[in-house]
Amino acid sequence: MTRLSNAFTKPALVCFVTAGDGDTAANLDALVEGGADLIELGMPFTDPMADGPAIQEANIRSLAKGTTTANIFAIATAFRARHPDTPLVLMGYANPMIRRGPQWFADQCETAGVDGVICVDIPPEEDAALGPFLRAKGIDPIRLATPTTDAARLPQVLKGSGGFLYYVSVAGITGKQQAAMDSIEEAVARLKASTDLPVAVGFGVRTPEQAAAIAKVADGVVVGSALVELVAKHGEDAPAALRELTSALAQAVHSAR
Amino acid sequence: MTEMANSFRNQPDDQGHFGDYGGRYVAETLMPLVLDLEREYRAAQADPAFKAQFDDLLEHYVGRPSPMYFAERLTESLRADAQKGSGAQVWFKRDELNHTGAHKINNCIGQILLAIRMGKTRIIAETGAGQHGVATATVCARFGLPCVIYMGATDVARQQPNVFRMKLLGAEVIPVTSGSATLKDAMNEGLRDWVANVHDTFYIIGTAAGPHPYPEMVRDFQSIIGIEARAQMLSRVGRLPDLLVACIGGGSNALGLFHPFLDDPEVKMLGVEAAGHGLDKAHAASLTGGAPGVLHGNKTYLLQDEDGQITEGHSISAGLDYPGIGPEHAWLKENGRVEYTSVTDDEALEGFQLLCRTEGIIPALEPSHAIAAVAKVAKTMPGDAIILANLCGRGDKDIFTVAEALGVEI
Ligand SMILES: Cc1ncc(COP(=O)(O)O)c(C=O)c1O
Repeated sequence: MTRLSNAFTKPALVCFVTAGDGDTAANLDALVEGGADLIELGMPFTDPMADGPAIQEANIRSLAKGTTTANIFAIATAFRARHPDTPLVLMGYANPMIRRGPQWFADQCETAGVDGVICVDIPPEEDAALGPFLRAKGIDPIRLATPTTDAARLPQVLKGSGGFLYYVSVAGITGKQQAAMDSIEEAVARLKASTDLPVAVGFGVRTPEQAAAIAKVADGVVVGSALVELVAKHGEDAPAALRELTSALAQAVHSAR
Repeated sequence: MTEMANSFRNQPDDQGHFGDYGGRYVAETLMPLVLDLEREYRAAQADPAFKAQFDDLLEHYVGRPSPMYFAERLTESLRADAQKGSGAQVWFKRDELNHTGAHKINNCIGQILLAIRMGKTRIIAETGAGQHGVATATVCARFGLPCVIYMGATDVARQQPNVFRMKLLGAEVIPVTSGSATLKDAMNEGLRDWVANVHDTFYIIGTAAGPHPYPEMVRDFQSIIGIEARAQMLSRVGRLPDLLVACIGGGSNALGLFHPFLDDPEVKMLGVEAAGHGLDKAHAASLTGGAPGVLHGNKTYLLQDEDGQITEGHSISAGLDYPGIGPEHAWLKENGRVEYTSVTDDEALEGFQLLCRTEGIIPALEPSHAIAAVAKVAKTMPGDAIILANLCGRGDKDIFTVAEALGVEI
């Protein structure tokens, strides 16, 4: 069992916030206290092509404050010291990850106690740019499957992926639009027939009701924009609001099955 | 490497890589689409009917072949400063005479035919200066397809005439306010639209960049420039030129001219990036002043900081103001087949005025960079040498920018 696989022994709540946006250490603590089973820490990028307005703005707020890659690893390192059992994955775009070379990035992830990496714009076809370096360090490259990933393509997505499979439930960017429940159920069933990896569903999940419905059929539920919007609204005072939403979501997810 | 020694014209490989560069760095949602696009492009390449329709539209709608012109007075004026017997002949490939006023239309014709072939019913594009936006809006009007153009809010403000042109042509122009509100952000917004509308939308990328197969496909559609020029040189002068010169934003007009000559070792090539206020200040010279990285679907040279955050370019020419460059140029730089240089805003303004006065041609600010580079290099070459530069756009769109830079009120 790894920290990551451990998180999916029951339906898991996966929570995303952007590093360097607000008081990130306090925000992460609030997510854990609220009941998050896994943390996705967003690495800010100037050009977040796959994100909607909420996460774009979080990236801009963070970079405007001067967040560096070194700051992000410091946040991760300190989190690991405070929460030895909660899995942490980094999510972001290729360029900041490979800027100093993929070996450097994998080394930093290992030192900081990062469990996995989700790179939005490295599809399996370009795995060589980062994947082998992460796997050599025992860090899981977490891949995305989408409504456009058909049965013929799925094996290629699964090959070399680890941790969990992230099902992006809408063809679109992060944010408000939301997929129909029956299409999610069908997609998760199809994915689970092809892999032993846990399947977490994200994009457009905002409320405990939605999270509960998804947790009935999937191994995990990812919530991002709704949390990031709380950081936008409350700034340095976000932890209380984050704790409240996270605990409502966690309760819904954990009692779904 | 033996293969490379045989030809510089056989790139990319089957994964879309030009050496280390290029590739398909896109979100999974888009991956099946770019694979599909590649399949359709291969089928179109093998279909004589596709080529026939492309050629027919280029001839009767765009106005090809474009002339190749000996710039006699420019040549003489550059020789005035050169040592006796020096000063190359300067020739221009006149792609500024194309319908819509730039080379951009060549690519748009190719891509819209592909879109129609794939059954797509909605077209999107990004634009900086507005030239690619106008060319895209034009082909959409011609084929009756709805058209959405993403344009940075900053560019909307500084390129009003082109915004109005696009609207006249029936396009919807969406100002992009995210990020730095310029071309790179317009491209981000185009990609966001595309992931959300994968079933019916075709993204017409305006330069030889983006995920495979775009860099190859755009290069191929633009190669008509070099194919014509090569034949025109052989029939008019009886030999190939000694030097090709072209400006580079993303690199499509340059590759269009260069690619058909890449395997002619006697032909040297010079790509000209925008040095803006100077290479030690704000500029848009990704190859000269950037470093390799990943953006907008490809690995290439980028303007970026030490953490891989993309930095803002600057050029007086909106069409060159992009922090990246097509991946084939990154490869051609590393293997040394093409030489790259850069030209500042001020030098480009001088090149602009030089061509106006010596030849009665008002060039766009983009090829004014090529003209400035020609002015520097021509005098160092012998009098019987031939330079062929790509005059890839006309300057009507730029008169307000130039007037402002020269301190003239109009
Ligand atoms: C006239 C002209 N030339 C050059 C460019 C730069 O693009 P590329 O380097 O792809 O030719 C543009 C872009 O807008 C343009 O309008």
